[in-house]
Amino acid sequence: MTLEEWQIVWFTAWVSALSTLVILPFGLALAWALARRDWPGKSIVETLVSLPLVMPPVATGLILLKLFGRRGAIGGFLHDRLNFDVIFTWRAVLLALSVMSLPLLVRSARVAFEEVNPRLEQIARTLGSGGWRVFFTITAPLAARGIVAGMILAFARALGEFGATIMVAGNIPGKTSTLSLTIFQDVQIGQDSSAFRLLGVSVVLAFVAVWFSEFLLRRKRKTK
Amino acid sequence: MSLLLKNISLPLEAFTLEMDVEIRGRVTAVFGPSGAGKTSLLDLIAGLHHAPSAFIQLDDRVLTDTVKGFFVPTHQRGIGYVPQDLALFPHLSVRQNLLYGRKPAGAADRLFSFDHVIEILEIQPLVSRGVTELSGGEKQRVALARALLASPRLLLLDEPLASLDAPLKAKIIPYLTRIRDEFHIPMLCVTHDRSEALALADEIIVLVNGQVLQTGPVLDVFNRPASADVAAIAGVETLQAGVITNSHEGLATVKIHDTILTALAPATGAREVFVCIRGEDVILQRDAAGASSVRNRLPARVAALRPEGALVRVELDAGFPLFALVTRPACAELALREGEPVTALIKTPAIHLVPR
Repeated sequence: MTLEEWQIVWFTAWVSALSTLVILPFGLALAWALARRDWPGKSIVETLVSLPLVMPPVATGLILLKLFGRRGAIGGFLHDRLNFDVIFTWRAVLLALSVMSLPLLVRSARVAFEEVNPRLEQIARTLGSGGWRVFFTITAPLAARGIVAGMILAFARALGEFGATIMVAGNIPGKTSTLSLTIFQDVQIGQDSSAFRLLGVSVVLAFVAVWFSEFLLRRKRKTK
Repeated sequence: MSLLLKNISLPLEAFTLEMDVEIRGRVTAVFGPSGAGKTSLLDLIAGLHHAPSAFIQLDDRVLTDTVKGFFVPTHQRGIGYVPQDLALFPHLSVRQNLLYGRKPAGAADRLFSFDHVIEILEIQPLVSRGVTELSGGEKQRVALARALLASPRLLLLDEPLASLDAPLKAKIIPYLTRIRDEFHIPMLCVTHDRSEALALADEIIVLVNGQVLQTGPVLDVFNRPASADVAAIAGVETLQAGVITNSHEGLATVKIHDTILTALAPATGAREVFVCIRGEDVILQRDAAGASSVRNRLPARVAALRPEGALVRVELDAGFPLFALVTRPACAELALREGEPVTALIKTPAIHLVPR
């Protein structure tokens, strides 16, 4: 493994982890609102969140590129007012990973929230707990397995993201190159040995993520 | 304690729950068949449901006033709620469950200490266990203790004994009466079981299909149901249509088919009535001889014998179907058998006439 390869592995791992953390509060709030509340436009939001799961990632990436480019609705505002660029920076990688992995977290957490007996939350309220305390002491702990599983899925999805990332972040060595992008590029230019080394790292990362989630689930079951 | 429930109107699936009562009893039973809207009523009082129209006031504190758009959120109501499924938190230990809503030792609105509640409900040996390791009766006591430790000003109980078998029921009832007597907490208790209501409540509200049919002291309601519907759900065994043929000096002569009965005349001048007779008020005698004060002596034939626990429900043909509840030994002593003749004795005040 060269230093450059290590840097790519490190960058991919931390930006994936960061994207999981970034979507966590928003994803949980959305999952909770979908599971526990009825509101106008709910089915639209529900569909929109799940779109990246079924659309070609490259298409999602193109939408993000148009939105966050310097002439895009959001990107233009950020550039003109805040002098803040997203496209073709590491932030674009974070954006692509977040959008692509959000549906996995939301779906998993939503099911977990729905499985919590609402009666438990109601009785917690009669015992003097306000909304936030009920969420953190009753709902979230009882849904913890589903939430953790969703986070691992989201993280794993982020690790392997390709299509959306290459659209919004390009593949700039030392800046936006991730594992998947580099493996593809290495094969393209005939550097098979480097591709295989990175492949090995991918397998190890995936193995650790799945093993860790299984470990958490097993421990949860024991404490029950 | 005074709980005012005014202008309540809550549309439910099959009917609208409507109510306009003031509850003053120490223990009030909301009595009615399943699906009468009883749990929805408790949810409404606890603030878990919003009704299109409701005014709820506990003592001097208004909790809900839909006219003014006023609504105290559930966690600020100070109303304890033990639901039918108890809702113990499965991820917490018994101790953590008990402490979940507990008022800290210095709090001004704290009513009882942890140790006192634990002692009265005999929970000490359970405290260090997990919730899933408890039996049904133990869970019931932990749920009651958890609600009490939050120092509520009113305790709502949803079918507290329904999930327990008969011997367990007998064990839990004393705990409930202890809570009533030790902690002086007013309780509103939903039930569909007559014996439960009799054991616990002073006052009763009969609720059927969302409508209050009768309110009053428990025995009054059970002994003098205001309508045939109340009589039917309050568990009166014999309910027959009859006609008053003659009324004289407060006594009415009632005809059911060809059988003549003497009963107390109803206050209204109605002629068409329902005749309500509770099974335990019918006395059986083998021979017709012997003088007694009983006015109604009906020659009858045993139609069927159905054992029910320590009792036997005797179905008689006295010109109309008449049910008597007698103990098993009494049944054996009289050597009651199907088809055999007996005399049924019913005291005049035990025959209750409800205008049709």
